[in-house]
Amino acid sequence: MATQQTQVLGRALLTPAVALLFIWMIVPLAMTIYFSTLHYSLLDSEAWSFVGLENFRYFLTDPAFLTALRNTLVLVGSVLAITILLGTPLALLLDQQVVGRSIIRLMVIAPFFVMPTVSALVWKNLLMHPVSGLFAWVATLVGTTPIDWFNDVPLFSVILIVAWQWLPFATLILLTALQSQDEEQKEAAEMDGASALSTFIYLTLPHLARPITVVILIETIFLLTVFAEIFVTTGGGPGLATTNIAFLIYTQALVQYDVGNASAGGLVAVVIANIVAFFLVRIVGRNLEA
Amino acid sequence: MARKVTARRVWVSTAAAWLFGFLIFLPILWMVLTSFKTELEAFSMPPKFLLFHWTTENYATVQERSDYFHHAVNSLLIAGGSTLIAMIIAIPAAWSMAFAPTRRTKDILLWMLSTKMMPSVGVLLPIYLIYRDFGLLDRRAGLVMILCLGNLPIVIWMLFTYFKEIPKDILEAARMDGATIGRELVYVLTPMAIPGLASTLLLNFILAWNEAFWTLNLSTSDAAPLTVFIASYSSPEGLFWAKLSAASTLAIAPIIILGWFTQRQLVRGLTFGAVK
Amino acid sequence: MLNAIREVTVKHVLSALLGAATLLGAAPSVAQTTLTIATVNNGDMIRMQALTNDFTAKNPDITVKWVTLEENVLRQRVTTDIATKGGQFDVLTIGTYEVPIWAKKNWLVPLDNLGADYDAADLLPKIRDAVSVSGKLYAAPFYGESSMVMYRTDLFQKAGLTMPENPTWDFVIDAANKLTDKSGGVYGICLRGKAGWGENMAFLTAMSNSFGARWFDEKWQPQFDKPEWKKTLSTYVDLMKAAGPPGASSNGFNENLALFNSGKCAMWIDATVAASFVTNPKDSKVADKVGFALAPNAGLGKNANWLWAWNLAIPAGSKKTAAAEKFIAWATSKDYTKLVASKEGWANVPPGTRTSLYQNPEYLKVAPFAKLTLASIDAADPNKPSVQPVPYVGVQYAAIPEFQGIGTAVGQQFSAALAGSSTVDAALAAAQTATEREMKRAGYIK
Repeated sequence: MATQQTQVLGRALLTPAVALLFIWMIVPLAMTIYFSTLHYSLLDSEAWSFVGLENFRYFLTDPAFLTALRNTLVLVGSVLAITILLGTPLALLLDQQVVGRSIIRLMVIAPFFVMPTVSALVWKNLLMHPVSGLFAWVATLVGTTPIDWFNDVPLFSVILIVAWQWLPFATLILLTALQSQDEEQKEAAEMDGASALSTFIYLTLPHLARPITVVILIETIFLLTVFAEIFVTTGGGPGLATTNIAFLIYTQALVQYDVGNASAGGLVAVVIANIVAFFLVRIVGRNLEA
Repeated sequence: MARKVTARRVWVSTAAAWLFGFLIFLPILWMVLTSFKTELEAFSMPPKFLLFHWTTENYATVQERSDYFHHAVNSLLIAGGSTLIAMIIAIPAAWSMAFAPTRRTKDILLWMLSTKMMPSVGVLLPIYLIYRDFGLLDRRAGLVMILCLGNLPIVIWMLFTYFKEIPKDILEAARMDGATIGRELVYVLTPMAIPGLASTLLLNFILAWNEAFWTLNLSTSDAAPLTVFIASYSSPEGLFWAKLSAASTLAIAPIIILGWFTQRQLVRGLTFGAVK
Repeated sequence: MLNAIREVTVKHVLSALLGAATLLGAAPSVAQTTLTIATVNNGDMIRMQALTNDFTAKNPDITVKWVTLEENVLRQRVTTDIATKGGQFDVLTIGTYEVPIWAKKNWLVPLDNLGADYDAADLLPKIRDAVSVSGKLYAAPFYGESSMVMYRTDLFQKAGLTMPENPTWDFVIDAANKLTDKSGGVYGICLRGKAGWGENMAFLTAMSNSFGARWFDEKWQPQFDKPEWKKTLSTYVDLMKAAGPPGASSNGFNENLALFNSGKCAMWIDATVAASFVTNPKDSKVADKVGFALAPNAGLGKNANWLWAWNLAIPAGSKKTAAAEKFIAWATSKDYTKLVASKEGWANVPPGTRTSLYQNPEYLKVAPFAKLTLASIDAADPNKPSVQPVPYVGVQYAAIPEFQGIGTAVGQQFSAALAGSSTVDAALAAAQTATEREMKRAGYIK
C-alpha cells in the first residue's frame, strides 16, 4: 500500500538509527571478539598472547556454567511470570474508578525509581533479615518461625526482589494499553449482558496481547543481565544457588580481571540471549505483526 | 463519558487497589521511615513504625558530605539528554518501520534489540579504552552517548508498537487530503501517539536515571550522577542503613515528583488522544 | 568512523544540554593543580574528606576533588583505570592486597619524598612490610586493622565464664554453645558467611591458618584436600549450626555488626575497627558491655587473625606527583592524627598505622581496644601466615592477581556448606577442583 516515495523516505528515516546502532554494536563487538581469543589479564597486561578458542573452552567447561545458565533461565522465567500475572490484575484494578487513583498509581510505580543496589540492600537487611527484618517480626507475630530467606530459598529471594522492581514496568505498560482500549466496545458488551470475565477474556486480553509481548521482550533483555541484586545479597552463593551468567562474567571481568575469559563469556551470553530471543519470538512474535 | 459504576464496586476496587498499592509501596515507605531513624533504631526489634525518635540527622550528614545538587543536575542532564536524543533518532525510525515496512523490518527490529543483550560488563574494557582515547571519561557527553545508544533499541521498539496501534485509515485519509509526510508526522501522528510518546519518554528517562553500570564506571567526579552519590553511601564499614535510606530518598525524590506530574500529563493525553 | 560519531554526538549533546552544563563545568583559576582522590566510603576516609580544608589552606595552589565509593565499586574503578592507564585519579586508596601486586607491575610511584616529618620508622613494622616491596614504600598506610574477638562481658559473667586474653578454639566453641539462647534471641557466636574473597574467605583463611592449613604448598598446589582444611571448615560449620544466628550464610561485616550492636551475639570475631563501632553508645545497645580478646588459636602458635590496611598511593604516569605526595604526606602524618583528635576526639583517629599512637596516653585512655588491636596486628605475619611454608604473601589472602576470583569461587562453596545445601567434604572437593583449574590456567601449576 505504501508508495514508492514513502519507501524511500522510510529507509532514509531509518538509516541514522540503524547506522548508530551498527557502529555501537560492531566496534565493541569486534574488540570483544578480538580480546576473546587472547590470554589477557588486566593485571598482567604486558604478557598477553593469542590462544585461539581456549577461552571459550575454559568458560564453557567451567563447572559453574551449566548451573549459572539454569539459574539465569529460572530467574528470567519466574520474574516474567510474576510480573505479568500480578501486573495484569493490578493494571485492571488501576483502570477502574477508585478513590485516590493517582496516589495509588504513583505508589505502584515507585519501586521502579529505586536503584537496584539500594532496593537489594533495603530488602536484604531491613525486610528479609531473619533476625532483625520486618518479615521476621511479622512471622513471630503470627507465631511461625521466620523464613531464613537467603539461606533456605536464595534464588527465590532474589527473584522476589527483582520481580518487585519490575512489577511497576509491567503494570505501567499494561495500564497504558488498557486506557487506550475502546470504552464503547466494552460498554456495549456489558449492555449485551456479557459478564466481566468474558469481557476480559474476549475483549481485554486480546487487546493486551501486544503490550504483554513488549513487556516480555523488554524485561527479558534486562533480566538476562541481573547482577546488582545478586552481588549485594548473596554474592552468588550459597554454593552456586544464585550465580547467573551475568554474575559469572562479572567475576571474570571485574574480580578476576581476566579480559580474555570475560570477553568469551560475554560472547557466549550474547549467543544465549539470541537463542532465548529466537524462541520468544516464535512463541509470542505473532503479536508483533498487526 | 464515564461508565456507570455502582458505589459498592468503587469501594471494593478502592480497598483492593489501596491494599495492593500499599504492599508494593511498603519497602519504599519503610526506607523513607528508616531515613528518619538513628542507625541503631533502624534495625531494632520489634520494629518501630511511627513512634520512634524522628531525626533529620541523616539528611544533615548527607548534605554535609556530598554535593547532592551537583549529582542531581548531572543525573537530570544525562538522563534527559540521552532520552531526548534517543527520541529524536527513534521517532523517524519507528515511523518508518510502522508505516513503510519492508521485508527486513522485523529482522532489523530484532537485531536492534539483540544489541542490548550484550552484557555490559563483558564490553567494559573495549568501551573504557575507546572512551579513554576520545577523552570521554568523566564527561557528561560520554555518558549521554552511551545511555542514549543503550536505550535506543528499546525506545524504537516501544514507539514502533505504539505507532502500530494507530489505524492506517486515518493516515490515508490525511494523505488523501494532501498532507505531506512531514505534516502527517507532526499534525496527525504525534497527537495520536502522545500517550505512547509520553510513557516511552518517562520509562526511558527512568531507565537512564537508574542506570548504574556505565554511570559508575565511566564517570569520576565532574560528570558523576546520583548513582555515584548512592554508591558513596552504600555498604561502608559500619552501620549505614539510615544514611543510605536518606541518600536514596533524596535520589528518588526528583523522579517521584516528575512521575507525579508526568502521570497527570499521561492521563490527560489519554483522555484526548484515545483512538476511536 | 568513530571520530565522526563522536563529533556528531558531542555536537548534539552540547546543543541539547542546557546552559547549566557549561556553567557547572566552569573551571577554577589557571594556576591550580586539581587532585582527584579516589577513596573508600569508610568512616575514617569520610573524616579525611571533611578535613580537606586544612590541607587546601596549607596548600592554596591545590584543589581537591573527592571520589568516595563503596569498597567493591572503588576497587573495580581504580583497577580498570590504572590497568588501562586511564589517568582518572591522582591519589588512590588501595588495600594491602593490591600494593605488592601493583608495585611489581610498576604501576605505583615509590613514595620516597614524603618529607622529613613523615617518619617512616614510626610505622608499625607489620604494616610497613605489607606496603613495601624490596624495602621501598609504595603506599602510605592510612589505617590498619587486624581481627579479634569481641564479646559481651555481661553474658559471660552471667554464665560464669571468663574470657582469656588469648583464647583457644575449644574455649570459644564451648562458650558459644553455653551462651546460645535461641528462644531469647541470643546467639553464641556471629561469624561471616557471605560468599566473597573479602567476606567469608577473609575470616576462613585466617581461621585456617590457626588450624595449620595453607592455601597452596610450595609448588602452588591447592591444599583443600588436606586434613587441616577439613578440620577448619567442619569446626566452622558445626559451630555456626549450633550457636550461630539464622541467615549466617549471607551475613557479612555489616550484618554481623547490626546483630552484635542490637545485642543478638555473645561473641563476634571480625575486624578490629569494629571495636570503635560496638563501643559507641550512639550506634550500639551494648556499648558498655563489650570485652576484647585475641582471635582464637588451636595451640599451633598461630591465631586466627588477619592483617589489612587501607593505603594511599600514586599511580605511575601521574602528572601531578608532587601535589599528590604533599597530600599523602598530609593525610598519613602524625599531625593529621592530632588534627583529627582536636576536631573529633582521640577515639576517632585512624588506628593501626603508627607505633607512636599506641604510646599516646590520651589515645589509650579513650580506646579500650587499643592494646588488643596492637597485639592482634603484631600477631599477624603476612610473610609467614601459616605454620607450614607457603609460596605467597598475605594472611587472609594470597597476594597474586588470581586470588580474588579463586577466593570468591571457593567462598561460594564454603557458604553452601554453611547453608547446608552442600556437605563439608563436597564443598572442599569443589573448592579444590575450582582452584586447581584456575591455577593451571594461570600457569602456576605446570
